[in-house]
Amino acid sequence: MTPVVDAKEQYVADFKAFVTNGARGAPSWLRDIRERAIARFAELGFPSMKQEEWRFTSVAPIAERSFALSHGRPALTNGDLEALSIAGTRAIRLVVVNGVFAPELSAAELPAGLRAASLRVALATDPDLARRHLTSYASFDASAFAALNTAFLSDGAFVHVPAGMEVERPIEIMFVTVPAPTAGASPMVTHPRGLVVLERGARASVVENYVALRDGVYWTNAVSEVAVGDGAQLEYVRVQRESRDAYQVATTYARQGRDSLLRLHVFALGGGLARHDVHSLLGGTGSELVLNGFYLLRGKQHSDHHTVIDHAEPHGTSHEFFNGIVGEQAHGVFSGRIIVRPGAQRTDSKLTNNNLLLSTEARADSLPQLEIYADDVKCTHGSTVGPLDETALFYLRSRGLSPETAAAMLTYGMAAEILARVNHEAIRGALERLVRGRLADRTRGGRRA
Amino acid sequence: MKPRLLEIRNLHASVDGREILHGVDLEVNAGEVHAIMGPNGSGKSTLAQVLAGHPAYTVTEGSVTFDGKDLLAMQPEQRARDGVFLAFQYPVAIRGITNAYFLRSAVNAVRKARGQEELGPLEFMETLEAKLKLIGWDDSYLSRPVNEGFSGGEKKRNEILQLAVLEPRLAILDETDSGLDIDALKTVAQTVDRLRRPDTATVLVTHYYRILTYVLPDYVHVLSGGRIVKSGTKDLALELERKGYDWLREEAAVG
Repeated sequence: MTPVVDAKEQYVADFKAFVTNGARGAPSWLRDIRERAIARFAELGFPSMKQEEWRFTSVAPIAERSFALSHGRPALTNGDLEALSIAGTRAIRLVVVNGVFAPELSAAELPAGLRAASLRVALATDPDLARRHLTSYASFDASAFAALNTAFLSDGAFVHVPAGMEVERPIEIMFVTVPAPTAGASPMVTHPRGLVVLERGARASVVENYVALRDGVYWTNAVSEVAVGDGAQLEYVRVQRESRDAYQVATTYARQGRDSLLRLHVFALGGGLARHDVHSLLGGTGSELVLNGFYLLRGKQHSDHHTVIDHAEPHGTSHEFFNGIVGEQAHGVFSGRIIVRPGAQRTDSKLTNNNLLLSTEARADSLPQLEIYADDVKCTHGSTVGPLDETALFYLRSRGLSPETAAAMLTYGMAAEILARVNHEAIRGALERLVRGRLADRTRGGRRA
Repeated sequence: MKPRLLEIRNLHASVDGREILHGVDLEVNAGEVHAIMGPNGSGKSTLAQVLAGHPAYTVTEGSVTFDGKDLLAMQPEQRARDGVFLAFQYPVAIRGITNAYFLRSAVNAVRKARGQEELGPLEFMETLEAKLKLIGWDDSYLSRPVNEGFSGGEKKRNEILQLAVLEPRLAILDETDSGLDIDALKTVAQTVDRLRRPDTATVLVTHYYRILTYVLPDYVHVLSGGRIVKSGTKDLALELERKGYDWLREEAAVG
């Protein structure tokens, strides 16, 4: 294996090539941020399992391998995307292929006032708007991966919903990876970036959908920033279906204003090694966050979710529910931290993580944590890890269901509990079909990402 | 003569290597209601669970015949499809699965086994309406996950809803009356009584007399120390209500 330090230096060297080549044309403020980000990455280096935040997840498979920055993108057609879309043809679709925005696959006509476009283009056409928000929510100080994403930030998807606007159609951002056939060559890394901003009183439903067009080894190092303005309401669904041989490390940074509502649902189904962090700041009085997660793992998949919900202001509500189904030799990790800052009185926070182990070799680690610095709050947490409940199986069998049907029902129930919390009916329906398909595939012994 | 539905002969059963039932005999004919009473820990719930086929219990001796067939040779789901129903003392919550979906799956599993056509969601809802009314529920309970967040009384009502929907030939009610307030008990018990048919039988496991005022038993049996120590008519239940169980233990010890 190549020593870790070399991989780090390689990215620093790649960065030097990038700023003189791929990154030209960027505004100077962004160039400054990139320089700071690569410097921070060089300081931090890849995390090790000695760090508390990475106790259960080794990134050695990423750190000890060399990944090459992707260049350009292959041409795709809408037909390539149809089966992979969650929100369907009615949605306002934005497509990013191998980290590069694909205008010919993306919505051309938008409701008046809505911006939904390439991040690269937005930097040129709406520099003030982009500057006000981009990197404002994502902090790369503590994350080498976010720092690396920011260093190579050049394109992605940008959604801006102006004050008071209600976007009726769902917006779907598809981050599509087409891994190159890697005979001998270094596998590819992309640093996709999403920026979704709802101004005061705006309403929208957004799907962020990570898919691979074919199997292969690659690394997706993603960052998304989500800003929900005062009184705005956003339902945000993130679906991760990377190739089973792929790596994904990602962070979603969310910030909410006063009396805003964010319903954030994350579904992790793919990837060989996947890590997703959610940092959510309830930065306005009376804001409400519903954070749901579901992971379905099999084979040797490893999936790690780290969520931090930060109650900074009073009268905030956060309800977090993560359910995992872990089969075969897979390993699921969930760490949920709730911080209630001094002064964030009347916070109502609830955190639950349930894990269903489908084999004796499957493993799940669950770490709910509360950090409460205010005295007038209501906070609860709980977690479970275990196989199918024998009593529940017997209960279902005593009603005439076969052991197989009973087990399938209890297993699907873990997913259904999370799916039921997705408000948008069409999106929920598509997710139900997706998860049912995956579970059926699993019982047939299939191997699909 | 009424056809024999259930015949238990010298039934011994253990859990975790410990024998709970030490030779139970019981005969139940179609159309009859039997009450099984007894103090806590006498084996009442064990008997109910064994009849439903709970895998944690091992039958070490004896036989159980249901409608002429060897009940103990049947898997729990086969027993259910054949018409045996146990209303659980502690109904289980099933996360994520709505009551409507669960009920329809159960009904269709039974229908399929009987060679009947399965019901679609709409057809099923039609058959359900009258049954919901029986237990005094509206359909808001159908979209909730099975027993999840239900109160004790709601869970018991849900068991009776399943009884109404599945229409078994032998209904075993394991302390369905416990944890119910007076009004709920009345609704539940009257529903059980209304669901009786000449070709079905009911076994009520209880240690209270009250439910028997709504569902009048033909026979009352006292289970104590893993055996039926006394059988009689409804008058025995009245006597138990007055005198408690201790006199029976003494009687059994003397005899």
